[in-house]
Amino acid sequence: MNMLTEAAVEKALDHKMSNVPYKMIGKDVSVYYGEKRALFDVNLNIRENTVTALIGPSGCGKSTFLRSLNRMNDTIDGCRVTGKITLDTDDIYDPDIDVVELRARVGMVFQKPNPFPKTIYENVSYGPRIHGLAKSKADLDQIVETSLQRAGLWNEVKDRVHESGTGLSGGQQQRLCIARAVAVSPEVILMDEPCSALDPIATAKVEELIHELRENYTIVIVTHSMQQAARVSQRTAMFHLGNLVEENDTDKMFTNPDDPRTQDYIMGRFG
Amino acid sequence: MASTHIYSAYDDDLKFLSRRISEMGGLAEQMVAEAVRALVNGDTALAQKVISDDVILDHAEREIGDKAIVTIARRQPMAADLREIMGSIRIAADLERVGDLGKNTAKRVIAVQSTGVPRKLARGLEHLSELALVQLKEVLDVYTNRSADKANAIRERDNEIDAMYTSLFRELLTYMMEDPRNITSCTHLLFCAKNIERIGDHATNIAETIFYMATGAQPEGDRPKDDSANTVGAVTE
Repeated sequence: MNMLTEAAVEKALDHKMSNVPYKMIGKDVSVYYGEKRALFDVNLNIRENTVTALIGPSGCGKSTFLRSLNRMNDTIDGCRVTGKITLDTDDIYDPDIDVVELRARVGMVFQKPNPFPKTIYENVSYGPRIHGLAKSKADLDQIVETSLQRAGLWNEVKDRVHESGTGLSGGQQQRLCIARAVAVSPEVILMDEPCSALDPIATAKVEELIHELRENYTIVIVTHSMQQAARVSQRTAMFHLGNLVEENDTDKMFTNPDDPRTQDYIMGRFG
Repeated sequence: MASTHIYSAYDDDLKFLSRRISEMGGLAEQMVAEAVRALVNGDTALAQKVISDDVILDHAEREIGDKAIVTIARRQPMAADLREIMGSIRIAADLERVGDLGKNTAKRVIAVQSTGVPRKLARGLEHLSELALVQLKEVLDVYTNRSADKANAIRERDNEIDAMYTSLFRELLTYMMEDPRNITSCTHLLFCAKNIERIGDHATNIAETIFYMATGAQPEGDRPKDDSANTVGAVTE
């Protein structure tokens, strides 16, 4: 029996994340789109095996920060990133780093499900194949099955993995994209509003999945839904006008945030 | 509250809750004051009024509970708003109990009316109820302005009431020992005194809730207690 001892109470109250090590460290990160500065010296560290939610009003820089974590901003003309971001000990903006390999280590799931117009099997096997992660066909089959299982999709699609991925429902497509991201064994998964195009049931499935994936991966999620941030994350970072306003344990953030701007935003008040 | 919600209807929901709490507080205060006055003066009509007023208080508590649940379901409140709503539910429950204690005191008026209340004891009870009512009034003022400092100060003061209750307890014991015919009325008065002392505890609960609503933190340390009435008469031979 779990008695209500002092020690048990202490343990139950000890949900602080402060002892979890950092997976990624962002130091003085600034991002410019041409002349326009989108991020101002953001110092934000991402903890290992933790879901970190980035919240804030539109245009606050949260997606920009997310995309700078696997150099997706490189694909935008005139975009410039300053400061330093490390993954474990590797500076990801080091000119010697292989961006393709970086994006295998730091995978991404987008707002709208974007499966390749190919079969489910090919969607998931594409990454492992080009990265040479499978030695044989059997190996690849195994990776596809494991990835689909991890994405909670296997039972729904196991009889039709050779049918087109675009024939799935929106929620299934999004989980397919998560399976595709998981297939290359990333260390970090970035999610940019992964549920904004999904209905509540598909959203709940993806959120349940995020919760499970946390055991093996570090997850950073951008969301406009405060309730979603509160449900899925352990840490929450609030952005406003390109600045990091506050970063805290999610439990604290949604009951008693330190910064008045966070307070106004999450309570739906005029700032 | 400096800023308002983007949804003005949300502000209306919260205003409804705080207005009802203030109304409940006013009624609870009045009930306690009238119950004690009825007791001291042997006024059974006034006692009857207190008993029937309790229905209004119970109704208000249920209304606050319903409104709070609906507001949580519709608005998914966060941070200070969430604490505000949870606080309303707790404060409403405390005020409802205060009303019950007033009603219970009123019910005893008839029982003690035949013998009357000795002048000295009546003064003691009045004094005790004054302390409790001051506590209640101040805590309701603090509810209006949400001052964490003042809430903490009220919490620190509950032991005045406890001490007063202990001295009344001793006095009642003395009366009972003097003449066993006093036992019936003195026992009722003892319950009345205990009721009033309890009201002080509820005021302290409310102060703690307000502190939490304002700061998001639980007040620190144990609340001051003068529990000596619990051990009065424990003869050790």
